[in-house]
Amino acid sequence: MNVLVTGATSLLGAETTRRLGAAGHRVRTLQRSGDIAGRDTVRGDITDQSAVARSLDGIDTVVHLAALVGATGPWHEYERVNVGGTSVVLEQAAAAGVERFVFVSSPSVAHGGAPIMGAGADPADPSRARSNYSRSKAMAEIIALDADQTSMRVVAIRPHLVWGPGDRQLIGRIVDRARAGRLATIGTGSALIDTTYIDNAADALVAATQRAEALGGSALVVSNGQPRPVAEIIDRVLRAAGEPRVKRSVPRGVARTGGRAAEWYWSRTGRSDEPPMTAFVAEQLSTAHWFDQRTTRQALGWQPMVGIDEGFERLAAWYRTGSSKAD
Amino acid sequence: MPRDRLGDERIRNRDRVVTSASPEPATLPPSGLPGLDAEWSRLVTARDAEGIDRTWHVLDTGATEETSLTLLCVHGNPTWSYVWRSVLGGAPKHLRVVAVDQLDMGFSERTGTERRLERRIDDLSSVVDALGIDTPIITVAHDWGGPISIGWAQRHRKRLAGMVLMNTAVHQPEDARAPSLIRAVRTPGILDQVAVRSTGFVRGTTALIKGRTDRAVKSAYLAPYRTASRRTAIGFFVSDIPLEDDHPSAAALDAVADGLDDMADVPVLLLWGPSDPVFSDLYLHDLEDRLPDADVHRFVGASHLLPEDVDVATPIFDWIAARDRTPQQSPRTTGGRRAWEAIEGLAESDDVAVVEMVSGGEPQSISFRELAAEVRRVGSGLRAIGVGAGDRVALMIPPGLELSVCLYACWRIGAVVVVADAGLGVRGIGRALRSADPDYIIGVPRALAAARAMGWPGVRIGAGAMSPSAARMVGATYTLAGLPQSGVESDLPDPPHFEAPAAVAFTSGATGPAKGVAYRHGQLDAQRAALESLYGIGPDDSLVAAFPPFSLFGPAMGIPSVVPVMEVTSPGTLEASALADAARAVDATLVFASPSALANVLATADALSPAQREALGRIRLLLSAGAPVPRDTLEALRSLMPKAEAHTPYGMTETLPVADITLEGINGAGPGLGVCVGPPLHGVEVMIDPLDEVGDPVGKLTDEPDVSGEVCVRAAHMKDEYDRLWHTQHRSATPPGWHRSGDVGHFDEQRRLWIEGRLVHAIATADGVLTPLALEQRFASAEGVRAAAAVGVGTRGDERVVAIVVPDEPPSRPALGLDPLASDVRSTVDVDVAAVLVVPELPVDKRHNAKVDRLRLRRWAASVLAGNRIGKP
Repeated sequence: MNVLVTGATSLLGAETTRRLGAAGHRVRTLQRSGDIAGRDTVRGDITDQSAVARSLDGIDTVVHLAALVGATGPWHEYERVNVGGTSVVLEQAAAAGVERFVFVSSPSVAHGGAPIMGAGADPADPSRARSNYSRSKAMAEIIALDADQTSMRVVAIRPHLVWGPGDRQLIGRIVDRARAGRLATIGTGSALIDTTYIDNAADALVAATQRAEALGGSALVVSNGQPRPVAEIIDRVLRAAGEPRVKRSVPRGVARTGGRAAEWYWSRTGRSDEPPMTAFVAEQLSTAHWFDQRTTRQALGWQPMVGIDEGFERLAAWYRTGSSKAD
Repeated sequence: MPRDRLGDERIRNRDRVVTSASPEPATLPPSGLPGLDAEWSRLVTARDAEGIDRTWHVLDTGATEETSLTLLCVHGNPTWSYVWRSVLGGAPKHLRVVAVDQLDMGFSERTGTERRLERRIDDLSSVVDALGIDTPIITVAHDWGGPISIGWAQRHRKRLAGMVLMNTAVHQPEDARAPSLIRAVRTPGILDQVAVRSTGFVRGTTALIKGRTDRAVKSAYLAPYRTASRRTAIGFFVSDIPLEDDHPSAAALDAVADGLDDMADVPVLLLWGPSDPVFSDLYLHDLEDRLPDADVHRFVGASHLLPEDVDVATPIFDWIAARDRTPQQSPRTTGGRRAWEAIEGLAESDDVAVVEMVSGGEPQSISFRELAAEVRRVGSGLRAIGVGAGDRVALMIPPGLELSVCLYACWRIGAVVVVADAGLGVRGIGRALRSADPDYIIGVPRALAAARAMGWPGVRIGAGAMSPSAARMVGATYTLAGLPQSGVESDLPDPPHFEAPAAVAFTSGATGPAKGVAYRHGQLDAQRAALESLYGIGPDDSLVAAFPPFSLFGPAMGIPSVVPVMEVTSPGTLEASALADAARAVDATLVFASPSALANVLATADALSPAQREALGRIRLLLSAGAPVPRDTLEALRSLMPKAEAHTPYGMTETLPVADITLEGINGAGPGLGVCVGPPLHGVEVMIDPLDEVGDPVGKLTDEPDVSGEVCVRAAHMKDEYDRLWHTQHRSATPPGWHRSGDVGHFDEQRRLWIEGRLVHAIATADGVLTPLALEQRFASAEGVRAAAAVGVGTRGDERVVAIVVPDEPPSRPALGLDPLASDVRSTVDVDVAAVLVVPELPVDKRHNAKVDRLRLRRWAASVLAGNRIGKP
């Protein structure tokens, strides 16, 4: 296959690019900055039609990861990048004769605030989304799956909480906050949360490119299928990073209210950094989120190769060797 | 039965509904009512008995090539055919389901007329004729739809294939509350106000739904009754209930009721919500009396709007399917020795029959000669006050002389004893008695006082020392001591045969309300014979029954028996000295006890005198039953009863014994998946029904080794049926002739049976079905763990394993388990454990004090792991 990967500088994007290359596919990346030695790279933004068109020359498969990710920020930014950018990539891909299109989505596109215990992949629903990010991703996913047609098969893959060595989103934030003395468990920390080890998520995306023909128009949630209480996940992350156990705990209601207040303050003052807490994050960390993986595994012909325990061992090894400092 | 007379004024006003009705055409229901498929709705026009064209709104799944049977569903007041949506929605292909909105009700035409029972039966005939149904018909009716459907059925016997009735009536039984309720509503002005001018009656009816109800469902019931003029018929329906002999519909209702006498060949299923404030059990019993062959299922806890409270569709479909099933009986004993015959055979013997231990006093005993005479005396006395063959008699007497006499006296005269385990508590016993509906209660003062206070059914007969004034106080009509004496033996009727019903027993299950288990004499006899042959019990034996139900076997086996001093409801109170004193009183060779009783015997063994030790030293067989027995308890008991061979029978209230194993056998079997209960006994068939990926049995029995599944048994001594629980019985007796134990187990290569736990506790993960026992044994082997339970959270087929552990140093309150404990627990098994929860102790059942309440733990774990507060399990 000739594959274009957007968002290849993210943790998952980079790993997916590596694995596609290792599998013998020709890979090109579309990225705003940075070069990877020996990689075919087109510089540009996904909202830029001509850059996207250029990057698609000779491509038959797209893995579209590029997105604006965050817990705060104005809606128009999310809409511009995640909805607008995805539309551009889809249109140009169809025009360029791309046959397989993997849209990387998020389980949050289909869920409101209720605990999720063993759910499948329900249709994306922007009206129920709990943050600007999920709402924009929900809209983008609907647009992407609508673009599914015989000549170009579109599959949406929703990896849940991808983590691994080098991850700045989940692991990085937990460790940074712990080091800053600003980490607390929200509520009892007993909500079961499923996560996805980076290698498994990348494997699933590779598998999706291979199964796109059969899976066109469908959305699949991907996870390790090993949910753990959130306090236990944090505890194991800290242990891997060599940090002491966190003892502080903030009641769930306080965290949500505080999160809402912080969001309001941050948006009013126009700060570009992340507030210490948002209502969305507070909710995510205090309600169960785990998924029925039976359909996904069968559809993708994929199994997670790295279990959660091995994942934590690899994370610990990475912290021990000091790779985190070099990151 | 004479109907009450009302005052003239009320009679004048009783059927006047003040709000006038204006005609309105039939319409289709609005879209979006929950559970209602718009495709089902149609309007059907037919000519009524007066020759006027009327239009009905009908829900109809429609006929296809495959349709071979039609269900005709008739709603009551103040509902509409919405009440049948689960039946329409779940119907198998060969069934057409038709649910008619009666005229002036639901979305059918508002005729502007008043339609009485007779007319409503005419109307149903008209609309059914217009529907073009060419298959046999089974009527399904609720509330006042009942008499209308029966009326239709009586006129269309050739097309009728059966009747299903729920919470309905054809007659006002004596003592029923309904007339007063109905009368209260019927008071002039009130009826109009409650039923017509306001939505009070409709709202009141949906308010009876148990548990939380979707607002949208309640509002769907209200949908056709939004305005007063649309509700006129609701009021008229109430006024059309004939409470008085001269009521215009009295003759029509009497005709319906009397007509049931000629319907003995019609299959009938009665489904009942006993918490119905109007149609109480009295109405069920009235219908049962009129339809003695009806299949009955009482849904304990369910109320009037039964199809909302429970799934009625599945029992109806199963019942229809079962009509085509070839009846296959379980093995039956028709020879042998009925329960009282051993006593009669020993009527000339002065050997001790029953000893009653008296706390702090001399034991009391009677010989077989005395016992036989007492059985005859009480039997003939009961007979003289009218206790007949087949009458149900609840025995509420602690184990001892009097209970033995009453039990065998009842059996001798063909009465059916109802026995409720005292461990059920007052609430549970009340539920059991309401379900069994005894004709008589023989009880000690305390029990009769409860019976009176709680309004339990049955004529009360005082047991124990009861003075006439004490008897009056507890409402006892008779006392055992004061039973009429006459020619005694000549008054005894012919004894019941082996096929006659003998007993209904209620034992406390680990979950849910107790089920009544019915036995016939032949089954009880087979059980006695199975125990005798299994344990080689002969005339030289004598029995200490510290598991009280077993004491009742003593007389039937013709051997002396005694119950030690203990709190019957709490076996853990049995002290070693009490056990030894009981053993001395009968020179016991056999001891039957529960595990918790044996544990306390061990704990109190230091207090034993040499003579007491000597008595225990004579025991040859120690039987431990009721719950799994810890091996080390049995080992330790060897020092107290060195000659005793320790046995643990496996079985259940519905079939006991199924298998048996000795302490040596347990040791010999070694560790394995679950608990080894030994090979099935001679005469007992045991098969395994393997489980599918979501943990449901597949329905194909096998005896292949190492295949886990639900344990199914078949034996001459198994239960006859569950009492008034047709669907439970049907499910448990699948395949026909078998009993599904609800236990999960497997055979090993030596054909030993291993029990892995309860089917409801099985954890159906994406990688297969796991049973808790084996997981729990491993979890408990982790460093620092004293006890453990394993439960699943999530949906069946994708459940995640959760370990709930009690550490060696228990925390003061439940908490999340973190490392190192979490890793230690996880490392004991090779399945993914989603979470480790730490608790101060595991909740156990009250009766055995041994069975871990895993269903409760599962609910608790699901809530905790959803992110809720960590409360107490």
